[in-house]
Amino acid sequence: MASVNMDHSELTRSRRAKTLRTWLWKGFVVLLLLAISAFIVFPVLWMLSTSLKANEQVMVYPPVWIPKPLVWANYAKAWTVVPFTRYTINTALYAFAVVIGTILSNSLAAYGFARLRFPGKNVLFMILLSTMMIPGMVTMIPQYVLYAKLGWVGTYLPLIVPSFFASAFFTFMLRQFFLGLPEELMEAARIDGANEGWIWWKIAMPLSKPALATVAIWSFEGAWNDYVGPVLYLTDEKLYTLQIGLALFRSQSDIYWQYIMAASVVVMIPVVVIYAVFQDYFVEGAAVSGIKG
Amino acid sequence: MAKASSPKKMSSMRKSEALMGYLFIAPWLIGFLVFVAGPMIFSLYSSFTNYDGAFTMDWVGLSNYRRLFTTDQYFMISLKNTLYFAVFAVPIGVAVGVVSAVLLNQDIPFQRFFRTVFYLPKILTGVAVILLWMWVFNPQAGIVNTFLRFIGVDNPPLWFAAPEWSKPALIIMSAWGAAGGMLVYLAGLQGIPKQLYEAAEIDGATGARQFFKITLPLLSPTIFFKLVTGINGALQYWSTALIVSDGGNGGPSYSTLFYGLRMWKVAFTESRMGYASAMAWVLLFMTLIVTAIQFYVSNKWVYYEGERR
Repeated sequence: MASVNMDHSELTRSRRAKTLRTWLWKGFVVLLLLAISAFIVFPVLWMLSTSLKANEQVMVYPPVWIPKPLVWANYAKAWTVVPFTRYTINTALYAFAVVIGTILSNSLAAYGFARLRFPGKNVLFMILLSTMMIPGMVTMIPQYVLYAKLGWVGTYLPLIVPSFFASAFFTFMLRQFFLGLPEELMEAARIDGANEGWIWWKIAMPLSKPALATVAIWSFEGAWNDYVGPVLYLTDEKLYTLQIGLALFRSQSDIYWQYIMAASVVVMIPVVVIYAVFQDYFVEGAAVSGIKG
Repeated sequence: MAKASSPKKMSSMRKSEALMGYLFIAPWLIGFLVFVAGPMIFSLYSSFTNYDGAFTMDWVGLSNYRRLFTTDQYFMISLKNTLYFAVFAVPIGVAVGVVSAVLLNQDIPFQRFFRTVFYLPKILTGVAVILLWMWVFNPQAGIVNTFLRFIGVDNPPLWFAAPEWSKPALIIMSAWGAAGGMLVYLAGLQGIPKQLYEAAEIDGATGARQFFKITLPLLSPTIFFKLVTGINGALQYWSTALIVSDGGNGGPSYSTLFYGLRMWKVAFTESRMGYASAMAWVLLFMTLIVTAIQFYVSNKWVYYEGERR
C-alpha cells in the first residue's frame, strides 16, 4: 500500500483530502435530492395552495403561494356542489367489499399452492403465472358481455364479485409469503388433528399480517381509485363513486380550479392516511414479496 | 403416528390432502375459468365476427384484422401514440427510479425524510392526481407556464391543449410517478454485498467505475423486471387520456388517442364489439412478441449471480 511510505503529515493530509471529497460528494447528493424533492413536492403544494384561494387570486400573475385570506370555505362549497357525501359512502362500501373479497379468496388460493400437494399443481401454477401477462383490455370486452347477459350492468356486482375469485398477482404474492412460514407449527397442528381450514385461519393468516396488510392496502387503493370500472358499469347517478364525481365536477366547473383542487385533496386523503397508518406493516410486506414498488 | 401407518392409509391421506388442495385453490380456478379463460375464448371467436354486443354476430373471417392493418387510420394513429408514449416514458421511468435509489442509498442526513418524499407520488393516485396535473399544466395560470414566462419564454406550450405537447405532458406526469418506483431498486441495491465496493475501493476504482461495474450489473435483474412490466404497462396506457382529453375524445387532434382509448370507444361507444375484440388480440400478440424479444435480448445484458456464463 502507498501509505506505508508516507510520513505522518502526508498521511493526515491525504486523510483530510479524502474526508473533504466525501463531504463534497454528500453535499452534492443532498443538493440533488433537494432539487428532485422540489420537483415532486411543488405540484402538490400548488394544489394545496390553489384549494385555499379566493376566486380573484386563482389566476393572478405573479402567482400567490400563500393565499390571503385562506378560504377554507372552498372545501365546504366543493363538497356540496356535487353530492360527494353520497359518493364517499358508495366508494367506501365498494372498497371495503373488495378488500374482504381479495384477502379471503387470494389467501385461500395461496395457501393451497404453497402448502398442499395435489396432482396438477405445477401446471395450474404456471397457468396462474401466465395469466399475469394478459392485458386487462383483452378480457374487458367479453367480461362486459358476460355481466350484461347476467343483468349486472348498472349494479356494483361486476366491480365486487370478481374480487372474491382470487387474482394471479395477489395469489402469487401471498404464496411467496406462505412458503416462508415454518412447517413445524402446521405439522404439529396436523398431528393434533387440526384440519387444513383451521391451520389456514388460525396459523397461516395470523403469521402473515404484514403481507395481508399489503394486499389490503393495494386492493383498497385499487378500488378507491378505480375510474374505468365504475364509469363502464354504473349508470345510475345515485351509485356513482368519488372518482366519477371528481371527473364530472371537473368537466362541469372547468374554471373554478380552487373547488376542483379542494375536492381532489379530500378524495386523496383516505389513501394517504392508510399508507401512513400501516407504514411499518406495509414496508415489511412489500420487502418480503418484493414485487411492486 | 400417521407417518408409520400402512401404505393404504397414506394414500387415503394423500387423497384427502389433494381434495383440500383443490378446495383451497377453487376461488382462483373458478375465477380463472369464468372471468379469464371463458371470456378469452368468446373474445377470440367474436374477433372473427361483426358482433355488436346485442343481436348481430355473423362470421366475417379475417376481415376485422385486415381492416385494422389496411384502412383503419385511427388504429395506426392510436398505435403510434402508444409507441411514442412507451419509447419515452419507460426509459425515463427506469432512469428516474435507478438514479433516485442510488442517491437515496447514500449515507446522508435526512435520508428517511427524502425517502418519504420520493414515495409520495406512489401514494397520491387516481383521478385527483390527473386533475392536479391538468391544473399544473394549465396554459394561462398553471405553475409550469408561470415559471416558463418568469424565465423569459414568451409563448410557453399549451400542453394538454396542443397536439404536439399533450404527450410530453403525459410523459412528464409519468416521470413524476416513477420516482416512487425507487423502492424496488433500493431493495435491489441493499442486496449488493458491501465487500464488493470495499474491494473496488482498495483497487482504486472511482465512484463512476464502481457504479458501472458493480452497481448496474448487480441491479440488472431488477431493471429487467421493471422494463418488462413497464413496457407492458405502457402498451396498455390509456385511462389517463379518458380524463385529460375532454370526454375521452383523444384530442387535441387525436394526439392522446391511445390504443386502449380507441378500443374503448370502438367497443362501448360505437358498439363494435367484434372489431374491438380483434384489436384486443392484436394487442395481446404485440405484448407477447415484445416480451419474448426482451427475454431473448436479456441474455446479453442481465447478470444473474450464481449463473455460469
